[in-house]
Amino acid sequence: MATQRKLTMAQAISEAIGQEMQRDPMVFVMGEDIAKYGGIFGATGGLLQRFGTERIMDTPISESAFIGAAIGAAAEGMRPIAELMFVDFFGVCMEQIYNQLAKDIYMSNGSVRLPVVLTTAIGAGYSDAAQHSQSLYGLFAHVPGLKIVIPSNAYDAKGLMIEAIRDDSPVMYFFHKGIMGLPWMAYYEGATNEVPEEAYTIPFGKARIAREGNDVTIVTVAQMVQKALLAADELAKERIRAEVIDLRTLVPLDMETVLDSVKKTGRLLVADEDYLNFGMTGELIAQVAERLDNITLKSPMRRLGIPGVPIPYSRPLEQAVIPQVKDIADVCRGMIGLKVAEEASAAEPLVVA
Amino acid sequence: MVPSSEQLMWMYETMLLIRDYEETMAKVYLEGKLPPNIQKGLAFDIGSGPVPGEMHLAAGQEPVAVGVCAHLSKQDTVVGTHRPHHFAIAKGVPLNKMTAEIFGKATGLSRGKGGHMHLFDPEHKFSCSGIVGSSMPPACGAALASKKLGKDWVAVAFFGEGAANAGAFHESLNLAALWKLPAVFVCEDNKWAISVDKAHSTSVASNAVRAAAYGIHGISVEKNDALEVYSAAGEAVERARKGGGPTLIEVKTDRYMGHFQGDAEVYRPKGEVEELHRHDPIDALAGYLRTRALLDDALDKALRNKVQATVRAAYDFARQSPYPEPSEALEHVFA
Repeated sequence: MATQRKLTMAQAISEAIGQEMQRDPMVFVMGEDIAKYGGIFGATGGLLQRFGTERIMDTPISESAFIGAAIGAAAEGMRPIAELMFVDFFGVCMEQIYNQLAKDIYMSNGSVRLPVVLTTAIGAGYSDAAQHSQSLYGLFAHVPGLKIVIPSNAYDAKGLMIEAIRDDSPVMYFFHKGIMGLPWMAYYEGATNEVPEEAYTIPFGKARIAREGNDVTIVTVAQMVQKALLAADELAKERIRAEVIDLRTLVPLDMETVLDSVKKTGRLLVADEDYLNFGMTGELIAQVAERLDNITLKSPMRRLGIPGVPIPYSRPLEQAVIPQVKDIADVCRGMIGLKVAEEASAAEPLVVA
Repeated sequence: MVPSSEQLMWMYETMLLIRDYEETMAKVYLEGKLPPNIQKGLAFDIGSGPVPGEMHLAAGQEPVAVGVCAHLSKQDTVVGTHRPHHFAIAKGVPLNKMTAEIFGKATGLSRGKGGHMHLFDPEHKFSCSGIVGSSMPPACGAALASKKLGKDWVAVAFFGEGAANAGAFHESLNLAALWKLPAVFVCEDNKWAISVDKAHSTSVASNAVRAAAYGIHGISVEKNDALEVYSAAGEAVERARKGGGPTLIEVKTDRYMGHFQGDAEVYRPKGEVEELHRHDPIDALAGYLRTRALLDDALDKALRNKVQATVRAAYDFARQSPYPEPSEALEHVFA
């Protein structure tokens, strides 16, 4: 059997969009620099040439207007995809996203359908400073009514995008710049992988076990999945077997896979490139904490994220605040270390006074 | 309004400084980013080198900065954009500290926290932001404070023609008009918002006409010329200082380089940039100064040498400065 071709995540995303646009004339794309430029991060590469300016529409810098327009067009039965160039730009259009897009289906008791896909770039690590490096999916996951999709690799990216386009609910689709396979940004291996040529979907709310292990569970999304796998490689050399879970979607969230894993390993690390406080890591930890009557932990749960600071520009500062491969591995070692201490104290004979 | 000889020479020398600075940055930015010493498979590594991240250079747009800032004192506020160097230089932000900030060093304006799109110099009342349209509301605020404090200070917001389609533009103009704020809104129309040209983003040919929608004066400067900008800005700044409220100015200027460094500019028509260089505003001002006998070959050479030395010193200072300690990343979240 021939090996499939490998695609970058950017190629997988644009292929998914192109296949759905071919199949369904209701699908169209709006965004800044998505036409001739193919998207600043390549998410719509090659689509203008195939579908023309009627369906691949460059917009003015008017996010409120064109994202709001996506809502209106969707209510009329179209299936718009709107690109918010950097997630950090959400400020200028958040009203349309969190008060309209997220709430209209509910407020209409389901009589309105909003098949909108809002794509956006996330990610730090290449010195783009405080206003161009955020992840922020935690913020959007917090608001009821938005499905939150965060691929970590090309294969998932295509399946999740096709699923997103076919979904009648609003989907926010976050692609991490550092794993798009851009020829101008340092990358982590693993995101460019084999992608079938035919269209396929990956259901939301189904996490992927990226690597199996028995000693510690690492849960994460996006580029952090690739970092966690590298950490797992390192730990394997010390005979620590880490299980890495790629959530793929935060809303809906696959807690079942996470809980099964934590029951098995007894140790949980949630690693995140978003801000640590009041976000994804807290949510995961809380959901496990609520079920401790059913789960035995071998160590307190741990989390990594950006520590309550805007992302600094200067390279040594930025690299210090983003969770790194080394940080993931060190936290896991620390969690295993606790096990050793417990064993030692259990072996000591009781001293009778 | 006619500039004095001092103002003319200041404008000329500052344009030379800005051009040299930006051309130097275009070269320095590439250090460490190209093969062979970058990750395998990459053509360019944006995160590598002494000046990592994004870089937006203003070569060609010098007249806007000097024509406006010639009328401003240290007390007047300037809020700039993601393409801020020419504004910062013209406003008097110290070159060494600015360059060190762009290099991410501890001797930088923000000890490396902000970087090239987020330069803060409260002493010279200069700030800028990377988000399109975000310069205008804070400029309204500085103007509001000036009014409340009984001063004659003005606030200038610079932005691009792309930003004139963002909500903040419309809100800011209305607010400044309504409250008669001493603000000047200066739109740099360099025709391109990354890859989208003005004809495909804007419903009107000139943003100056949008002033009428807010009941304020609008001035269209059709040439990328320091003297024409000076004249328009002079009228606007004087109006603001005298309590006459805000003015909108749009200047047709030229972006010589890409939207960002590394931009292949595939969207730009062939020959466009070469054609722009034939109308260099620095040459134009030099020509004028010569007719006024304010400039000759010897002086021009001396000025250019001086400017080069200043720029070189700033880059050397930045290179030789240390990085901040990683622990500093946790400081100054709050006041």
